[in-house]
Amino acid sequence: MRSNVADFTLIAPPTLNATLEILACDSSLYTPIAGGTELMVALSANRLAQKNFLSIKHLTELRFIDATPDAITIGSGTTFTDIRRHAVIATDLPLLNQAASWTGSIANQNRGTLGGNIVNASPAADSPPALLAYDATVTLVSATGTRTIPYRDFHLGYKKTVLRPDELLYSIKIKRNFGGYITYTRKVGTRNAQAISKVALACLALLDNGVVRDIRIGAASLHETPIRCTATEQSILNQPSTPSTIAAARAALATEVRPIDDIRSTAKYRAAVAASLLEEFLRTLSG
Amino acid sequence: MTTVHFKINGEEKSVAAPPMKRLLDVLREDLHLTGAKEGCGEGECGSCSILMNGELVNSCLVPILQAEGTHIMTIEGVAHLVEKNEKLHPIQQSFLEKGGAQCGICTPGMILATHYLLDKYPQPTLLQIQEGLAGNLCRCTGYMRIFDAVQQAGRQNLTTGVAE
Repeated sequence: MRSNVADFTLIAPPTLNATLEILACDSSLYTPIAGGTELMVALSANRLAQKNFLSIKHLTELRFIDATPDAITIGSGTTFTDIRRHAVIATDLPLLNQAASWTGSIANQNRGTLGGNIVNASPAADSPPALLAYDATVTLVSATGTRTIPYRDFHLGYKKTVLRPDELLYSIKIKRNFGGYITYTRKVGTRNAQAISKVALACLALLDNGVVRDIRIGAASLHETPIRCTATEQSILNQPSTPSTIAAARAALATEVRPIDDIRSTAKYRAAVAASLLEEFLRTLSG
Repeated sequence: MTTVHFKINGEEKSVAAPPMKRLLDVLREDLHLTGAKEGCGEGECGSCSILMNGELVNSCLVPILQAEGTHIMTIEGVAHLVEKNEKLHPIQQSFLEKGGAQCGICTPGMILATHYLLDKYPQPTLLQIQEGLAGNLCRCTGYMRIFDAVQQAGRQNLTTGVAE
């Protein structure tokens, strides 16, 4: 059944500061809405629990990509199309460029924002594995100030994050020090275009004479939140990528993922595919 | 109710509507522009595709308040732009000639997605066409005739009448 649209309110404060002031007064009242690619679906399906919305789509202060020699900072209101069109992201952050191209259709990429993808906190979202692999930091803003934390500390549990109701995600920052890294990312869904992940990995590795000196593995749909597979990383660190390392890594991965059965796949399939993706990645590191 | 002002197919409009009302519903119910269709209502099928400030969007996912001050182009605007010449838009003509339209439900969205695609890539490769139209589902044609139509429109490189 369709929602009665007259039951909902939506306001669009003119600036970021005005928005934060409203959230500071009574943050329990409002839910921010940017591109609407998640919340408007819930509206149509009559699944929206909230009644009052605060549009942040028009806030140009949140839509920017700032590339300095050291880092790339992306405003939370930046669309996936903006990300795909950015030349520095394409060359320096290929995992993020690829994730942006996997996020829905062209029409959804024109509306959907990186901040929305993060804050919506779906364990299956496309951009988090890349952001985890790149060890991004996120800056949260409220009327009382800003705080910057590692993105890996942002998700607390299923659809739970550290974001306070009076805060907005302001920006995402990634250091530009992945020049010599080998990258790997693969998403497995029901079909190639526009499917929501059954499993996805985004990985980076730095080799020195065949030995893995740094490794980062971000994963989607393998836990109640997007995760960094740290136990798996530890099993590979300072090792050459040999068959025995790969076997140990597969075993380590099994200890730290918690896939579930749901409408899109089964826990068993997810665990098996995740191990296969991991092996595919590690084989690219074998001399 | 909120009054929202925007330009649609070149004409200034203002509409009083609940601010969370979907742009698709405003187009169809308030402005009687029924070219954009509702298929899935969740941004998967593309039958409600329109251009907003030149960007392809699903009008079922846009709350009307977010259309304030924008320029919107619907399938009615595509046809209107060439009416003076008493000819269909070249993209429409290509869809007709190549059998890219059958039942017609997806066609307005397909035409606007093609419009957007040809604006970016005047002569798109098959891969660019497949990606550009991946958000527009068609249950009739099997897509091959649609790809043929887009390629024909691309070969003619006819992107005249692109909205602002």
